[in-house]
Amino acid sequence: MPLLEVNNLEVCFGLRSGAVKALRDVSFTLQRGERLGVVGESGAGKSVLGFSIINLLSRPGHISSGSVHFEGKDLASLAPEELRSIRGNRISMIFQDPMMTLNPVLTIGVQMVECLLAHRRISKADAKRIALKKLQQVQIPSPEKRLDQYPHELSGGMRQRIVIAIGLLLDPDIIIADEPTTALDVTIQAEIMDLMLNLCEQNNVALILITHDLGVVSQVTQRMLVMYAGRIIEQGPTKEIINDAQHPYTQGLMNALPQMALPGQKLNQIKGTMPPLQRIPKGCSFNPRCEYVMDICKQTLPSFTQSGNCQVACHMVAEPMQDKMLIKEV
Amino acid sequence: MIAFFVKRFFQAVVVMFVISLISFSIQDNLGDPLRELVGQSVSEEERQALRDEMGLNDPFLVQYLRFAKKAVQGDLGDSYFFKKPAFDVIMKKLPATLELVFGATIIIILFSVPIGVYSAINPQSWFSKTVMGLSIVGISIPVFLTAIGLIYLFAIELNWLPSYGRGETSNLLGWETGFLTADGLKHLILPSFTLASIMLPLFIRLIRSEMMEVLQSEYVKFAWAKGISPRRIYFVHALKNTMLPVITVGGVQIGTMVAYTILTETVFQWPGMGFLFLEAVNRVDTPLIVAYLIVVGAIFVVTNTLVDLIYGLVNPAVKLAGKK
Amino acid sequence: MSESTFKTEQPPTALQRFKASHFWHSFKIDRVAQLSFLIFLAYVVLAIFASLIAPFDPYDASQIDIMNSEIPPSWQAEGEADFLLGTDAQGRDMLSTILYGTRVSLLIGLCAVALQALLGIVIGLTAGYIGGRVDSFLMRIADIQLSFSTLMVAIIVLAVFQATFGTELYQQLAMIMLILVIGIAEWPQYARTIRASVLAEKKKEYVDAARVMGFGRLRIMFRHILPNTLSPILVISTVQIANAIISEASLSFLGLGMPVSQPSLGSLISSGFEYIFSGVWWITVIPGVVLIVLVLVMNLLGDWMRDVLNPKLYKG
Repeated sequence: MPLLEVNNLEVCFGLRSGAVKALRDVSFTLQRGERLGVVGESGAGKSVLGFSIINLLSRPGHISSGSVHFEGKDLASLAPEELRSIRGNRISMIFQDPMMTLNPVLTIGVQMVECLLAHRRISKADAKRIALKKLQQVQIPSPEKRLDQYPHELSGGMRQRIVIAIGLLLDPDIIIADEPTTALDVTIQAEIMDLMLNLCEQNNVALILITHDLGVVSQVTQRMLVMYAGRIIEQGPTKEIINDAQHPYTQGLMNALPQMALPGQKLNQIKGTMPPLQRIPKGCSFNPRCEYVMDICKQTLPSFTQSGNCQVACHMVAEPMQDKMLIKEV
Repeated sequence: MIAFFVKRFFQAVVVMFVISLISFSIQDNLGDPLRELVGQSVSEEERQALRDEMGLNDPFLVQYLRFAKKAVQGDLGDSYFFKKPAFDVIMKKLPATLELVFGATIIIILFSVPIGVYSAINPQSWFSKTVMGLSIVGISIPVFLTAIGLIYLFAIELNWLPSYGRGETSNLLGWETGFLTADGLKHLILPSFTLASIMLPLFIRLIRSEMMEVLQSEYVKFAWAKGISPRRIYFVHALKNTMLPVITVGGVQIGTMVAYTILTETVFQWPGMGFLFLEAVNRVDTPLIVAYLIVVGAIFVVTNTLVDLIYGLVNPAVKLAGKK
Repeated sequence: MSESTFKTEQPPTALQRFKASHFWHSFKIDRVAQLSFLIFLAYVVLAIFASLIAPFDPYDASQIDIMNSEIPPSWQAEGEADFLLGTDAQGRDMLSTILYGTRVSLLIGLCAVALQALLGIVIGLTAGYIGGRVDSFLMRIADIQLSFSTLMVAIIVLAVFQATFGTELYQQLAMIMLILVIGIAEWPQYARTIRASVLAEKKKEYVDAARVMGFGRLRIMFRHILPNTLSPILVISTVQIANAIISEASLSFLGLGMPVSQPSLGSLISSGFEYIFSGVWWITVIPGVVLIVLVLVMNLLGDWMRDVLNPKLYKG
């Protein structure tokens, strides 16, 4: 049994102008200790996916159908109290901007200890000891001092280390990290990413890494999902996708990487922008931007096709008769 | 900490200086002290001689310094009406006003925090919607009409509560208090609610909107993700951050509150400073008007300092005490 | 919301644009806003035509008969058909007095807010557009001004004024004094908001474009920036009129505002207050209700506009 199994997840945002589906038909699994990358443009639903796993969507968002099975329990339909005992305990999250993630009026110590006390019956002194140990693990200089400090007294990099330490406090099974290094200085991004990778490996924690940075995904993760306009369009082993992407969108993302362009050449951008969620086109949602668009792409939603170890939602991959169609058009 | 008080002290000096200047010009322009002393039947030469003797012909600065020197010693001249030192007359009325403000503050805190927090947590509930509707009605009713309405209902129709005065007071270490007798407390109820009524809707709305904003913040989301209890999230994580802007606004509103004591005290004939001030205005009792201004100025300075202190205690980003 | 603004086929007329706007659309679906606006309109019409509608002229001593004093409203047993809402302690017809009083209250409210807006807009535009030391100086003054409560300042100024000039002269000048005091005391509300929106607008391209085209500072400020700050001005103005009317009523209630001979709603309530204990409720209650409804609809309109226009108002 996989550690986490997401099936046909659909997330709706009930707005005044009508309900908008931020996630559609999202299914994937995560094994114990596995590191999974979730990539896509901003607005593709990556962060929504992260929050919906622990059912922490802010109003008016909600899971409208599908399930999130964690060790056999469906988190999408769990009672609030039971859900709370899993959040931060078995599944923890690391947010994007460490400047905003920590409460400005509470000390680091309070924010760490409260998390331990919420899930374990231990004394405050013991909780403090554990917090200190975790601070040492994230390699913060003079950790004893940090417990009594407030967030504004620490740098961004240090704060993100603390957020990671909080994420690891209860030795969770899964950490969901939503763009954990984007808000940081470029010089410490790699440092923080290495730290996370090492800690996950040491503690055998599964990692869901949400990012738009394909470079990081290729270095850190074993498997990856590519999302577009609320759907998964390609998933499989990271190596395979990076080396031989099947979906035109994934190919476009790869080509847009700076290292793919020759010196002096312009970066290869995917033309156009992702449609807003209220106006997703019929058929394959990528069709207006796709170089290889066919008639069927504008009519029918592509289902997943197995290609090697990957699953791809693309008509071109599904129907090898593309050559015939091209000839017909000529 | 020392730097904070030095800065505060400096500000206080500036404020009091400005108030004393205003007060002095009022005293200088309002009424001729000579007439108060000798009446009309004195010749012009004698008047001039007297003016010289009293220093009324001295340059403005000299006269102001003399006034300020006396003022610092608490001597603001005698009230024309009471024939007693104006400062003493005001100070005697101070407890009544302070107790009224205190009562209103208690009511505001007691009601606005829970109601504001509840309607921020459950913005869609019928209770929150009713509260929001009522609060806008509350804002729209002038404080003197609230007072009249309360008097009409509780004093005249139902005859439950007294409509004017302070009732029985007792002396507590030189402070005339109405808090220790049942009669005094009964008299305090209507005026306190009246004074509170003007601020209560404002604070409920403020707390609600600030709290709703805080609940959307990343750190509250992170707190949810940590799996800590809703109660702790609302009352430790969110409320503390909500209170920061509320404290600032509260500090500003204290000034408004003092102004509204004049209205409240007038309707309830509450024997406080505000009521006295209005009487002094009608009697052109200049020393009393000046004394009132100076005491109110002092109240402003003290409360603003207190508010800053409280703000510093709640907000760790503000360093009052310097690094430990 | 405004996806089609880039189409440049036919420049729509102002009315067409207004009809297509979010503002008009949300007004059409909001019953409370419609009702509030209608009531406000009714107040304005009644105030303007007070002298035509009112059966008596309360300022004309020859029409007042002291024998008619304290007659209850006509629907009560002792009421008289001539005086629909009864009479006050001096024998004036309440309906007429209230109509005239509403006119006084509205006039003072509108003029005071116009003065606030004028001062605030000029100062706010100057501070925001020039920036630097001028900005910090003006905003410091605004802070100081705001830290004193308007009512407090107004009470002190009016009290001193009354004591200095004597009650009689004061009563002649009362309306102008009220407008000046309420108008001057609240300009920072406008100035801070305008300044904030100027700072936001200043960064936008059209201001740069206007500057490149060689338009003068004043022209840029008034022709280009000011129109873009209209929605916050609209929101503040509605609430400020409500506040100004309350302030005026409070001052008049204290006897520092309009005299009884030329009453506003506040002084009318004040003059009735001493009779309320003897059961003569209508002198206080009827103008009280008129006042509350007026202020309430202004506040409701302000609230609705704040929701619809959602301008960045200066907080704190």
